[in-house]
Amino acid sequence: MGIDTSVIWAVIIYFSVFMYVVLDGFDLGIGMLFPFVKDKRERDTMMNTVAPVWDGNETWLVLGGEGLLLAFPVAYSIILTGLYLPLIFMLIGLVFRGVAFEFRFKAKDHRRHLWDKAFIGGSVVASYFQGVSLGTFLNGITVSGRSYAGGPLDWVAPFPLLAGFGVMIAYTLLGSTWLIMKTEGELHKRMVQVARPFALMLLGAVVVVSIWTPLRDAAVAERWFSFPNIVFLMPVPVLVMLSIVVLLGSLKSDPHRWPFVAALALIFLGYTGMAISIWPHIVPPFITIWEAASPPASQGFALVGTLFILPVILMYTVWSYWVFRGKVKADAGYH
Amino acid sequence: MFSPSALDLARFQFAFTMSFHILFPAVTIGLASYLAVLELSWLKTKRQVYVDLYHFWLKIFAVMFGMGVVSGIVMAYQIGTNWSYMSEFAGSIMGPVLAYEVLTAFFLEAGFLGVMLFGWTRVGPALHFFATCMVAVGTLVSATWILAANSWMQTPQGYAIEGNRMVPADWLAIVFNPSFPYRLMHMVVAAYLTTALIVGATGAWQLLRRRDNPAVRKMLSMAMWMLLLVAPIQAVIGDFHGLNTAEHQPAKLAAMEGHWQNEPGEAVPLLLFGVPDMEAEKTRYAVGIPHLGSVILTHSWRGQIPGLKEFRRDERPNSLIVFWSFRLMVGLGLLMIALGAWSLLLRRGGRIFTTRPFLRAALWMGPAGLVAILAGWVTTEVGRQPWVVYGVLRTADAVSPHGAVSVGLTLALFVAAYFFVFGAGTVYVLRMMRKGPQAFELHRATAGGPGEERTPMRPMSAADVGNDDEGTGEALHRDGKGN
Repeated sequence: MGIDTSVIWAVIIYFSVFMYVVLDGFDLGIGMLFPFVKDKRERDTMMNTVAPVWDGNETWLVLGGEGLLLAFPVAYSIILTGLYLPLIFMLIGLVFRGVAFEFRFKAKDHRRHLWDKAFIGGSVVASYFQGVSLGTFLNGITVSGRSYAGGPLDWVAPFPLLAGFGVMIAYTLLGSTWLIMKTEGELHKRMVQVARPFALMLLGAVVVVSIWTPLRDAAVAERWFSFPNIVFLMPVPVLVMLSIVVLLGSLKSDPHRWPFVAALALIFLGYTGMAISIWPHIVPPFITIWEAASPPASQGFALVGTLFILPVILMYTVWSYWVFRGKVKADAGYH
Repeated sequence: MFSPSALDLARFQFAFTMSFHILFPAVTIGLASYLAVLELSWLKTKRQVYVDLYHFWLKIFAVMFGMGVVSGIVMAYQIGTNWSYMSEFAGSIMGPVLAYEVLTAFFLEAGFLGVMLFGWTRVGPALHFFATCMVAVGTLVSATWILAANSWMQTPQGYAIEGNRMVPADWLAIVFNPSFPYRLMHMVVAAYLTTALIVGATGAWQLLRRRDNPAVRKMLSMAMWMLLLVAPIQAVIGDFHGLNTAEHQPAKLAAMEGHWQNEPGEAVPLLLFGVPDMEAEKTRYAVGIPHLGSVILTHSWRGQIPGLKEFRRDERPNSLIVFWSFRLMVGLGLLMIALGAWSLLLRRGGRIFTTRPFLRAALWMGPAGLVAILAGWVTTEVGRQPWVVYGVLRTADAVSPHGAVSVGLTLALFVAAYFFVFGAGTVYVLRMMRKGPQAFELHRATAGGPGEERTPMRPMSAADVGNDDEGTGEALHRDGKGN
C-alpha cells in the first residue's frame, strides 16, 4: 500500500490555514478592537503585543496558498478565479493594515489617526472578505470540466455575506482574549468586558451555521447525522459547549490565559467541523482532492522538504513568541 | 476609442504590482546584509559608530520590509487570481519551487525579524546577531527560489507535457535551468548596488547639509567601497547574462539590440541610439559603433546574432520598449562605475567627505539602482513576450477568464491603494534618512537578562514616534575617528 500524498497535502494545507486563522486572526481582531479603545497609549500597547510576530502570522496564509498551488493546481486555479473579487478586496485590506504597524509610529501626531483608521479599516475589510471567501467556498463553486464556470458576483449571496460577519466575530473574540492574556490594568479590564458579548455572538454564529448547512446541503446532513457517523462526531458539539463554558467561566474567575485557550479550542472545533462537512472535496461540491492533485513527482518533491522544515519552523516560531512572552506593560520605558 | 481587453488589464496589473514589489526586496536584501556587517563590526570593535548606524538603518529596513511583505502577499495570490490557466498548466512545477521559498525563506525572515527589531534588550548580543544573520540569509534564500522560478519560466527545461499540463521530469534541471545562475547573480548584486547607492546618497546628503560626524562619514565610505568593488563585477555578470540570453532567448536579444537582419559576413554594430519600428521592421535613426555588437555579444570580430526578422511576427517582443529599457539600465550601470572610480580618487586626504560636486553626484545617484532594476526587469519581462513560459505557453493563453470590468476594477483599486500606501511609506523613509543617525543608548526598562526582563522597549515599532524635530546628529563624536 502506497502513501497517499494527496491526503497528506490536504492535511498540511488544512493545518496551514488553521495556523493562519488563529494567528493572524488575533492580530486582525486587534484591528477591529481599536474602535473600543480610544486612548493612544493603550492603542500603542495593543499594537505592541503583536508587532514582533504579525509578519510570521501572515506567512501561514502564503504557505496555504502555495501549498494549494503545488499539490492541487486545478483547485488553486478554480478557487482563486471563483473568489476573485473577495480575495483582491482581502489583499488590499491586508496591505493597509500591514503597513500601519510601522507607519503609525512614524507619522506625525496629527496624522497618526489616519493610520489608526487604515489599521481598523484594513482589518475589517480583510476579515470580512476572508469570511465571504469561506462562505462562497462552502456554498459551492460552480465548475464546468476543470475550470470555473460561475460569474464574478457569485459571492453576493446570503450565506457568504453573513459568513463574513461570522469570521469578523471570531477574530474579534480571538483578539480580545489575546489582549486579556497580554495586557494589564484598564485595557485588560476593558477587554474582559468586550470578550463576553463576542463569545456569545460567536456561539450564535456556530449554531446558525450548524443548522443552515445541513438543511441546505443533503450531503452535509448525511455526513453528520447518519449512523454511525453521529456517534463519532458527537464529541464536536459537546466540546464546543465545553469551550464556551470554560471561556465564559474564566472571564469571570481568572481572566488571563484561559479565555484565549478556550477561544482557540472553539475556533479549532468550528474549523474542523467545516473540514468534516466537505471532506474529501477540495472544490465543494464537485472536485475531490484526488481529482485536483498534481503529479506524484510534484507532491513528493515538496513533501520531503516540508516534513523536515515545518517542525523547525514551528520550533523557532515558538521561540520567538517565548522571547516576547509575558504581559506588555502600558508604562514601559519609552524613549 | 481605446478599450483594453481583460488580458491587457491583467498584464498591466501584474506589471504594476510587480514593479512596486520588486523595489522593496531589492532594498531589504542589501540592507539585511549591511545590517549583519554593521552588527558584526560592532561586536568585534565595540565602536559606537557601528551601533548608531545599525539602529539608524534598522528603522528604515523595518519600513521597507513591511512594505515588501504586504506587496509580496499580493504577488503570491495574483498568480492564481489573474493567471489561473497558467497556475493549472504549470502549477505542478512552479508550486513546489514557490512553496520551498515560503518554507525556507519567508518563515525564516519572519521568525527572526521580531527578535531583530525588538529584541535588543531581550536576548543576548550573540543571539541578536544570530537573528540578524538569519534575516539576511532569509532574504538571499528567498531571492534564490524566486529567481529559480522566474528563470525556469524564461528558459524552461526538465519537464514533460502530459495531457493539458506540464509535469516535472527532473527537479535538478528545473531549478538549475540555464539562465538561473546568471539571473540570480545579476539580481543579488543589483540589490547590493541599489542599497549601496541609497546608503551613500544618505551620507552625502548629510554632509552637504554640513552634518559631519563619524557615523555619516562611515556610511558614505562603506557605500563607496561597495560601489567601487561591485559595480564593475555587475558589468561582467551582465555580459555573461547577455551571452546566455543570446543562446537561449535570441528573439529577446535581437529586440534589445534593435537588430533586424544579417547580411552574409557582416558584423553586428552596437547601436547607441535608434528607434526600433515594429511595423516597418527596421530601426530608424540608428547610430552605432561598427563591430562592437559582435565583439560584446559573440566575443568575436564578425560574429552574428539572429535578427528579429528571423522570428515570426507574432513571436517578436516589442523592440522599442526593450531597446530603451536596456540602454537605460546599462547607462546607469556605467554611471555607477564612474561614481565608484571617482570616490577612489577622492579618498586621499579625506576629500571624499568634502568635495561638494562629488557629494551632489552621490546624492543624485541615490535612486539609480532602483531605476536600473525596474529597467532591467522591463527588459527581461517584456523581452520574453509573447510567452509566459518561453516557447511553451503564451501570455494570452495563461490569463484567467475574467471580464474586463472585474480586472479593470481591481486594477484601479491597486493603483489607488499603492500610491497612497507606498507614497506615504516613501515619505516616512525619506524623513528618517533626513534625520540621520542618532546616538544610540540602551534604555533598559528593568534590570535583568533575557527572559527576566518582560517589558519590551517602547514603542515596539522600530521607529521613534514623530519625526518633527530634525535631529542634527552632531553629538556623534564619541569614537573620534572618521572612517
